[in-house]
Amino acid sequence: MTDAKPLLRVRDLKVTFDTPDGALGAVNGISLDVGAGDTLAVVGESGSGKTQLAFAMLGLLAKNGRAEGSVMLDGSEILNLPDSKLNKVRAQRVSMIFQDPMTSLNPYLRVGTQMAEVLQLHRGMSRREAMKESAAMLDAVRIPDAASRLAMYPHEFSGGMRQRIMIAMSLLCRPALLIADEPTTALDVTVQAQIMELLSEIRAEFGTAIILITHDLGIVAGACERTMVMYGGRVMEAGPTEKLFEAPSHPYTLGLLAAVPRLDVAQDELRTIPGDPPDLLSLPPGCPFAPRCPLAHPPCRETMPPLVPFDGDRVRACHAPTEEVKP
Amino acid sequence: MSETLLRVEKLDVTFAIPKRGALPWTKPHYLQAVSKADLTLARGETLGLVGESGSGKSTLARAIVGTIRPAGGRVLWRGQDLTQYTPAQRRAHGRHVQMIFQDPLAALNPRMNVGQIIAEPLATHRPEIGATDRRRRVGEMMERVGLLPNLQNRYPHEFSGGQCQRIGIARALITEPELVICDEPVSALDVSVQAQVVNLLGALQKEMGLSLIFIAHDLSVVRHVSNRISVMYLGRIMETGPAAAVTATPAHPYTRALISSVPIPDPKLEKSRHRPILKGELPSPMNPPSGCVFRTRCPIARESCAEARPPLEPAGPKHDVACPYHDEVEAVETAK
Repeated sequence: MTDAKPLLRVRDLKVTFDTPDGALGAVNGISLDVGAGDTLAVVGESGSGKTQLAFAMLGLLAKNGRAEGSVMLDGSEILNLPDSKLNKVRAQRVSMIFQDPMTSLNPYLRVGTQMAEVLQLHRGMSRREAMKESAAMLDAVRIPDAASRLAMYPHEFSGGMRQRIMIAMSLLCRPALLIADEPTTALDVTVQAQIMELLSEIRAEFGTAIILITHDLGIVAGACERTMVMYGGRVMEAGPTEKLFEAPSHPYTLGLLAAVPRLDVAQDELRTIPGDPPDLLSLPPGCPFAPRCPLAHPPCRETMPPLVPFDGDRVRACHAPTEEVKP
Repeated sequence: MSETLLRVEKLDVTFAIPKRGALPWTKPHYLQAVSKADLTLARGETLGLVGESGSGKSTLARAIVGTIRPAGGRVLWRGQDLTQYTPAQRRAHGRHVQMIFQDPLAALNPRMNVGQIIAEPLATHRPEIGATDRRRRVGEMMERVGLLPNLQNRYPHEFSGGQCQRIGIARALITEPELVICDEPVSALDVSVQAQVVNLLGALQKEMGLSLIFIAHDLSVVRHVSNRISVMYLGRIMETGPAAAVTATPAHPYTRALISSVPIPDPKLEKSRHRPILKGELPSPMNPPSGCVFRTRCPIARESCAEARPPLEPAGPKHDVACPYHDEVEAVETAK
């Protein structure tokens, strides 16, 4: 947030879906800044709007979805651009990797063909050059024997390898920003550790800024400098990861942290957050977390608390004073 | 914790994989999914089974339930060998052993209402119970797992993931089983809901005196719920011991690697932690390495590891490990 001109600047982004049951607000006014080379974690449970936030920024919303607000990339507006212009941005400046690598790769095409296509299209390379560059990129994501792997089909790779291929593919045009949506959720812990290590190496090597979307607080702790916690399509709390974990100041962050079982500490019973994730079709008028919040009092159910800065570089949206929210 | 409920001795499970393009009478390849697994489970105890995908944990569980025929070894239920049961006996045994599955919505029949889903095992295993009594029991069970009993006429799609898992738990417990096998019961759930389901399982276990086999790849959840933990790799049990000992002082190099890959939600600790990351991937179970199967990825592997499979040997009180060199792991890891 220190940069005068951040790489990505999102202001008051709203995403609404028209459903047979009425308008559904998936993202309700989110603002964020990502500078070059930054790492930001967007944390939330299912239905918190974290994925739709990313989809809206890249123009990937489903047909019944609408996005309002402003998304500036390198100082120019990219929200609701026509596809022809967005395609350029998506390939060259921002790219995205998804949770399930198998469904993101084309099962009918050899890995090399899929990768080379990107380079031929966006960087005007010849097929031969493109194949060479693809092999180099597979090598960069630590796939052994890269050149011969280009001729293989996606199903011939394991889940972890496929995710590496996705990462390689997303880096082909040297994007300034990589959005990773639950990149390790479908993988084993050992492979998860490998992929997270790879992402941090990639960042050091290419200087790519990373937005990591996840529900897993564990991987956030080791991977990101700043963290933003979402609930019901709104930001509950955001700030430097270390401060946020050390002294969570929102009852939701606190509950979320307490609900994670830890390997290094013995616990008798896990603290839980009662109730279920919010129903986006009928969000309460006030704070979306109020129905599950242990500290909720009447004003919480009526008005949404504004995001207020505190402690220098942190923000939070809660009516309860910081001192009351104690771990 | 005295009475042994279940004892698994040298259990082997193999699957026949037909050769590609071969004629039907050609001998198939054999895949050894579980190899010489030993387990014991006492009444009221929770055993955690951990390992990467493809390590054979679900297969082992299914052999215990009886849906897969083991190729060798014995499964002793209160001293009786399940593998020798007649089909009728095996069906009757289903009343004592129930399962809870990973994907809560996929495990429920979408065309049955919740009342029917929960009542079905009761109708199968205890047909002597009349319809009114059955409905009453279903209502009671729903209340116990934290569902409103008046939701019996709703269908699974009307419930959230956490609620669906509660329905799955109610269905498993309605026959009053002695053993419940939970196959990744919380990995598809959100963190806050996961904690609710874990606590519910713990409370029900105390209340009903259940034994649990808890299968998961998430070591922190397993550590939290289990009394003892067995670690599996490529169909072999590598380490077995008390949950606290296995997680705090893991002996096998594989267990150590597994534990070091679990992220800890504490940025300061995470930065200072020494994390040797396991390189490479699980070898193909069709063609496992000779001797110790972990040797291809092991930091302390040596030539002798390729010769014979190391047996489970004591490494502490009730703590067994299948690695003769486990004392040296620490020295090697710190040297690197």
